[in-house]
Amino acid sequence: MLAKLLSASVLIGILASGVRLATPYLYAAIGETFGQRSGVLNLGVEGQMLLGAFFAFYVTLVTGSLWLGLLAAAVVGALMGLAMAFVTVNLQAEQGISGIGFYLFGLGLSDLLFQKLVGTVKTIQGFPPIHIPVLSDLPVLGPVLFQHNLLVYVAYALVPLAWFVLNKTTIGLKIRSVGENPQAADSLGISVAAVRYYTIIQGGVLSGIAGAALSIGLLNVFQQNMTSGMGFIAVALVYFGAWRPLGVLGGSLLFSMVNALQLWMQVVGVPIPPDLAVMMPYVLTILVLMVTVSKVRAPSALAKPFEREG
Amino acid sequence: MRKKLYVFVAVLLVAAFVLAACGKSTPAPAAKTEAPKKPFRIAVVLPSSINDLAFSQSMYDALVAVQKQMGGKDAMQFVYSDGMYKVDDAAAAIRDYASQGYDLIIAHGSQYGSSLQEIAPDFPNTSFAWGTTVDTFGMPNVFAYEAASEQGGYVNGVMAAKLSKSGVLGVIGPIETGDASRYVQGFIAGAKATNPNIKVNVTWTGSFSDVSAAAEAANTHISAGADVLTGTAQMVVGAIGVAKEKNVLWFGTQADQSSLAPNIVVANQVYHWEVVLTKMIDMIQHGKLGGQSFTINLKNGGEVIEYNPKFNLPPDVKKAAEDAIKGIEDGSIKIELKK
Repeated sequence: MLAKLLSASVLIGILASGVRLATPYLYAAIGETFGQRSGVLNLGVEGQMLLGAFFAFYVTLVTGSLWLGLLAAAVVGALMGLAMAFVTVNLQAEQGISGIGFYLFGLGLSDLLFQKLVGTVKTIQGFPPIHIPVLSDLPVLGPVLFQHNLLVYVAYALVPLAWFVLNKTTIGLKIRSVGENPQAADSLGISVAAVRYYTIIQGGVLSGIAGAALSIGLLNVFQQNMTSGMGFIAVALVYFGAWRPLGVLGGSLLFSMVNALQLWMQVVGVPIPPDLAVMMPYVLTILVLMVTVSKVRAPSALAKPFEREG
Repeated sequence: MRKKLYVFVAVLLVAAFVLAACGKSTPAPAAKTEAPKKPFRIAVVLPSSINDLAFSQSMYDALVAVQKQMGGKDAMQFVYSDGMYKVDDAAAAIRDYASQGYDLIIAHGSQYGSSLQEIAPDFPNTSFAWGTTVDTFGMPNVFAYEAASEQGGYVNGVMAAKLSKSGVLGVIGPIETGDASRYVQGFIAGAKATNPNIKVNVTWTGSFSDVSAAAEAANTHISAGADVLTGTAQMVVGAIGVAKEKNVLWFGTQADQSSLAPNIVVANQVYHWEVVLTKMIDMIQHGKLGGQSFTINLKNGGEVIEYNPKFNLPPDVKKAAEDAIKGIEDGSIKIELKK
């Protein structure tokens, strides 16, 4: 049994599934990374994803255009981000609680709209896989890396981009300083509010696209609560990745690979109870969090509302 | 400032809950003014939505059919709460309906059993039903119903084995229990009886509703060589989406799933709970409120194999399926179930 699991075709299968499965986590977790680096914890990612997934699906269904669907997901994500920014920046609400509020709002609204506007389960033609010429024919690397749909490639392209923006640009410097010491940033003339508005809205856009990556990229259907906890895993992956885009990439890949592994274990008939197999990625996440959490430091101002003194 | 914001957050939370509630359950259609003869009133609690193309829809469709059969709203009325995946919410709904004096309250999900066991004795003059199970708890006002889903599973398995070119079939199960477990066992038995060398790979997602887990399971089966897939529970829409994209065949169960992917859905085992419902209604009208369990199967018409008219099924495959149905009905084919 174990030998079967280690055969080349199975290993390629696991790697390819893992790469694809990581996509929604990457979008959502990179968006969340920006928010947290600026000091805002957004637990509403799941709700933003659900609304993004619904609007991407619905707009695609009605207009037949995947691009309009993707745009709709980004816009609705931005609006959710805007609302979250207003509550956390202007009203200085407790971020954890308001995030959960936005999650429930997104869960309920996406469900309601689905029932009223679509009614029953339908499928659409989502983004097709793009085989990158030459590269997709490479042995092993071809099927693992170069036979995915567009949203998968973009998700991976975001990782170096996010790293660059956070570490090498002025806006990145502002984001980090606002997240570490908003008082100091403020005294240097950086608008804490503007930076946080920017990161939260950007996070919303990416969460919306994360939902779209599911509904019009990977699954091509919408169903109530279809993200089933992915948004919360994405938040955990930000801690897991120690608030760095590369760490988030590692965490997303590890989580997804283990998920793919447990599926393959069941398919090739490794004698492990399915209930235990399904738990594997979650248990691993908790274990890694336990090991790493003492070694890295969160942004100092994370989850703290900023109020100007005087 | 602080106070204002707490109020705001509270308002937001309430709004969220209201929205969530709106999405979940549709209010009962208002009862009409009393007709000369009192209509039979049924309330049903469903774990997923009434249009899930699976378990909950099968019951909703049956209620609509029975209502029509009995002569419309003057003879039978029903209300439902769907999306009751939280057992606590379902229990509250069951108790509510019971105190409103419905003639029959159906808890459509084996997860509701312990709630029903608690509630039923408090309303001795109300009839309750639940499934899928055979357990009436020995109570005089509880009916139980189940589906011999292994029968349709067997027929689907026979067709799948005949249609597969790769010799590998993939099964996407939710949790290994109830009609899901029976369906999967039947499917494997039918496939193996048709082609002893066929490989049937089975995965369980650990959830009834996780569409993305079902989709990834389908992807994995296809990578492992499967060219025919099947699965059960409301999550399978995710798997059907993948099957459609990758152009592999699909066999459905519980409800007719052909509309989702007309080119690749071959056939569905469709549940017709009407058979059970009419029997229960008749017994209640004659004063017997429970204490009996029912099974739908191919023979009593509670399970029907619906072929997708848009799929071009080779005649020999259809004949094999019809032979299997006959064999199961006359008892010459027996399907062994474990446990």
